[in-house]
Amino acid sequence: MSTILMEKDLETGVWPEWFDQSGAIQEYESAPRPTRKDEAWRFANISALDLSQFQAAPAPSNEGRLITASSGLEKFSAKMVFANNTLIHEEAPQLPNEVLFLPLEVAAREHAALFRKYFMAQPVELGSHKFAALHKGKVTSGAFLHVPANTEVALPVEIFHWVEGAHSSVFPHTLIICGENSRVTVVDRFQSADGLKAFACGVNDLHLAPGARLTYVAVQDWSRDSLAFHLNSTIVDAQATSTALTANFGGGFLRGESLSRLVGEGSRSEMYSINPVEGTREIDQRTLQDHLAPNATSDLLYLNALDDASRTIFSGLIKVQPGAHGTDAYQKVRNLILSDEADPNSMPGLEILNDEVRCSHGATNGPISNEELFYLQARGIPRETGCRLIVNGFFNALLQKIADPALRDYLEGLLAKRLVLGGTPQK
Amino acid sequence: MSLHIENLHANIGDREILRGLNLEIPKGEVHAIMGKNGSGKSTLAKVMAGHPDYEVTKGTVTLDGLALLDLEEPDERARAGLFVAFQYPMEVPGVSIANFIRAARQAALPEDAELDAVEYYQDLYVKMDALKIPRNFTSRAVNEGFSGGEKKRCEILQLAMLAPKYAVLDETDSGLDIDALKIVSDGVNALRSPDRGFLVITHYQRLLDYIVPDVVHVMVNGQIVLSGDKELALKLEAEGYDWVEKETLATA
Ligand SMILES: Nc1ncnc2c1ncn2[C@@H]1O[C@H](COP(=O)(O)OP(=O)(O)OP(=O)(O)O)[C@@H](O)[C@H]1O
Ligand SMILES: [Mg+2]
Repeated sequence: MSTILMEKDLETGVWPEWFDQSGAIQEYESAPRPTRKDEAWRFANISALDLSQFQAAPAPSNEGRLITASSGLEKFSAKMVFANNTLIHEEAPQLPNEVLFLPLEVAAREHAALFRKYFMAQPVELGSHKFAALHKGKVTSGAFLHVPANTEVALPVEIFHWVEGAHSSVFPHTLIICGENSRVTVVDRFQSADGLKAFACGVNDLHLAPGARLTYVAVQDWSRDSLAFHLNSTIVDAQATSTALTANFGGGFLRGESLSRLVGEGSRSEMYSINPVEGTREIDQRTLQDHLAPNATSDLLYLNALDDASRTIFSGLIKVQPGAHGTDAYQKVRNLILSDEADPNSMPGLEILNDEVRCSHGATNGPISNEELFYLQARGIPRETGCRLIVNGFFNALLQKIADPALRDYLEGLLAKRLVLGGTPQK
Repeated sequence: MSLHIENLHANIGDREILRGLNLEIPKGEVHAIMGKNGSGKSTLAKVMAGHPDYEVTKGTVTLDGLALLDLEEPDERARAGLFVAFQYPMEVPGVSIANFIRAARQAALPEDAELDAVEYYQDLYVKMDALKIPRNFTSRAVNEGFSGGEKKRCEILQLAMLAPKYAVLDETDSGLDIDALKIVSDGVNALRSPDRGFLVITHYQRLLDYIVPDVVHVMVNGQIVLSGDKELALKLEAEGYDWVEKETLATA
């Protein structure tokens, strides 16, 4: 696995002394390669993890074009655009002054205490420890957002991460720290500039202090043959609510890991995922809802629509720790099967060390309902369009969980566009 | 010009439900079908629409000269001009009413034509207002969580938006309150025209006071056994179906 990608970066001075990248690289190199025998890699396509073809990303070739293409929501509070690990644009037209929205390496230098407290603070326990170390060893920038206590950011913050060039490697990072009773919405976009095969190894960590309210939406649209890791952890303190929705539109092989840790009484974590897959694409997602505090709720709903010979793996665990009485945890994966060759694998799980809890978990597989399709066709809508509408509806129902109507409309638009384009690589 | 059903036989599984049904609805007329529960009225509607669960074993349906049953897919039949307002309209999660009807409107256009969105919404709102359907229904998922009456109104909204050549209304009156019955009937009456035929399936003579039929048919056991004017509906209401069955048995 050691390749050019692994060569020591020549860039120096990006990070403070204490930020130990070579230690992280050593950790990456010494950690064993995952095998299917590992519980965390059951059913996984280990052969997809070959990094030897990837290399360090070159400097972005046409920043202007990518900045123009980074137009998302009509109204936003602030925006950062990264291309090939480099910040190429930032603006903050509507951001309250007290909010810190900084490139990650600047935050490390200027707000070291805050940074060190939160940066990759959670152990990566869902299988990709090795790749988390790789991320830490290679990351050069990212978005750092700190919303102080009692601050409300009315409009969404947008972050774009572009990758460009054949076999380029990117290490996107988003770190969000929400102070007590703060409110913010963040939209994180992951985009291919050219539809070429690339490698992404990203981390996004969300921290919610008591009473905070965070809506985090990640729209991953890497090229259709890229290899990508997206490692997420969400820590929710008392009475805080995190709504995290991930739409995986791209990636040839995607490994997603998502950990929600409910550490404060009455906290709530919503974990939603939208995954249209076709061709031979694979989406491998592992989740943990870790309930440590009483009366917390977690709500996980993952939706996969599998066409052609695509594959999905969902492995989820709800863990209720001894002190977490009054837990209300829900975990569900629904697979809409659009082809006989599709291969959905679902492993929902529960581990309850406390009696007074309400937990439910499950997985369903099913084709498009004949009755629904007939109804649409009976109105003159051709079969193929009808199927697409139903798939769109399948995902769209989940988008209704997004409270902000402008953001919801925007995401509905992205989804509709994605489903029209289907599996063809975007240009 | 008519919707002409001849000797139609249809099965579900190996059970025959329609057993040689004959019926002709000339364009411009409104015909009603009444009949006991389970006699096959909804089956007729769904067979014509092309529901995949039913197998037609014999017979033809001709829509203005076109062999409707030769069209395999339900959408082809709909685009040929047939509309069925269903007794139990399906829920379609996540698909909004506005997008649903819009896709149906788009499908009715020639391949390369783009629907004019502004015009579409204007038209939609006018028709929703007429049927007293609140505007916020446009963003609700098709029939999901709709009350029985709301579903029926929405079927009529689709009818109005799609303006078919022939419309089959399957118990559109069931589940409607008295005011809604009037509103929906007004909506249907507004669509009556020399260019359109209606087949109204109902259990209640009351509906036929609002939508006055040209002909009333009685269906027994998958066949039309008796036809008459609207007085027939009054007689059925007063006396039930026993006499019809006796009479037809006697003549059989
Ligand atoms: N999917 C099915 N499987 C088995 N039997 C069916 C199915 N669909 C319809 N039938 C049967 O076909 C017969 C006719 O049903 P249909 O719904 O056409 O009756 P109907 O005249 O519309 O009755 P109602 O007045 O109650 O609406 C009934 O006996 C019904 O049970
Ligand atoms: Mg019926």
